[in-house]
Amino acid sequence: MKNIRVIARLDVKGPHLVKGIQFEGLRKLGDPNTFAKKYWKEGADEILYLDIVASLYGRSNLVEILEETTKEVFVPITAGGGVRTVKDAEVLLRAGADKVAVNTGCIKNPELIGEIAKTFGSQCLVLSIEAKRKEDGTWEAYYESGREKSGLDAVAWAIEGAQRGAGEILVTSVDKDGTQRGFDLDLVRSIAESVPVPVICAGGLGKEQDAIDAVREAKADAIAGGAFFHYNEGGIARVKHTLREEGILVRIHTNE
Amino acid sequence: MNNIVIVDYGVGNILSVTRAFTYVGGAPLMTDSPDLIRSAKALVLPGVGAFGSAIQMLREKNLLEPILEVAKSGRPFLGICLGMQMMMEESEEFGSHKGLGLIAGNVVAIPYQDTEGNSQKVPHVGWNTISDRTNKEGFEDEILRGIKQGSSFYFVHSFLCSPMDEEERVADTSYGGVRIAAVIRKGNLFGCQFHPEKSGGKGLVFLKNFLDIVHKQSSILV
Repeated sequence: MKNIRVIARLDVKGPHLVKGIQFEGLRKLGDPNTFAKKYWKEGADEILYLDIVASLYGRSNLVEILEETTKEVFVPITAGGGVRTVKDAEVLLRAGADKVAVNTGCIKNPELIGEIAKTFGSQCLVLSIEAKRKEDGTWEAYYESGREKSGLDAVAWAIEGAQRGAGEILVTSVDKDGTQRGFDLDLVRSIAESVPVPVICAGGLGKEQDAIDAVREAKADAIAGGAFFHYNEGGIARVKHTLREEGILVRIHTNE
Repeated sequence: MNNIVIVDYGVGNILSVTRAFTYVGGAPLMTDSPDLIRSAKALVLPGVGAFGSAIQMLREKNLLEPILEVAKSGRPFLGICLGMQMMMEESEEFGSHKGLGLIAGNVVAIPYQDTEGNSQKVPHVGWNTISDRTNKEGFEDEILRGIKQGSSFYFVHSFLCSPMDEEERVADTSYGGVRIAAVIRKGNLFGCQFHPEKSGGKGLVFLKNFLDIVHKQSSILV
């Protein structure tokens, strides 16, 4: 049986680890590598870096960060932010990323999904969807770090993305991101039940029970946490412990 | 002095393999030089991607002969993921392709159905546990020393190795009830289907064990 993964999500702006609330009011928290190494030691199953300003300016500091991380962190690493072409993806993969996460680049050019999947394999491409709840109860996909409306229905976009070759879907609720008030379980479940690929639940993790809900209620294959792990010492170990107590399979960590 | 040579033939994220060996105290060298490969104390054959094109790449770079020479010389040899699959005789990935033929058996696709007939996701990606057929706590083989049965490793693959000789299967994993060889060994030849360089602390222990085997072997040869 495959394990449920607990992923440490690190939003990056320039050389800094940052975190905002609903993608706004970014706070600088420190050196991304210091945090990544701490999370690796705590037992994170994966590290996810998202350069949240790269999309705006079309540039990225991720290469330098990745080159440092891969010296001491030996779990899969996903990197995203500013990927517009197959070449951009290759740069991140060569710097040590195992997968790339793409949002804006795929919304602007859906062909990019298939191009990256064909070049590096589906397992290398994580389609990142930032979704905001609408008044009618459906969700719209946003891009440019939650700033721009795409007009796309988030669930329909996830289905299309998987069909085009995305190997995983990262679902972030813009409404919940950074709030630590729990995931948008309806959103994640709607997508998880519609696609044949693994779904990563992100945006809102604030207590151990949220992780259980993500698995049991939203059918997520993986849980990503940012603010909760940044502000709560030992958060990853506690989430994994709680999942295990609940009878959910997780990797027993002994990273050193 | 480099004690491990990693075959760099232009595919996959082999930087991580190099860094993981460095982290556990090794002195790895990445190269595509036939001479450096031929004179390696120990050889690591990594790989991601398609079987046919990887073998083709090794052939074009004139690396097949040097690799076989090291493997048959008794020096420690480790194939990782596609590198392990290439140690087999043949693969059915996109047509039929001949492998290095170091281990009897072939490479077949992971079925899209589990053993109960439900559809399952391929590739097999993620953390999965390894075990052998005994109920012991650990494993017999020195390559898995210090690793408990049921430990998780990171897998990314669509094809699986099917060694003919049961004795050569050191550890298996299971995906949808399908039995997958996770670690194989035949004398100086080792293979792992998972990525030890992405498998956390346990993966580092595995690489350290290989390094210990290399040290032991070199002291015998000297």
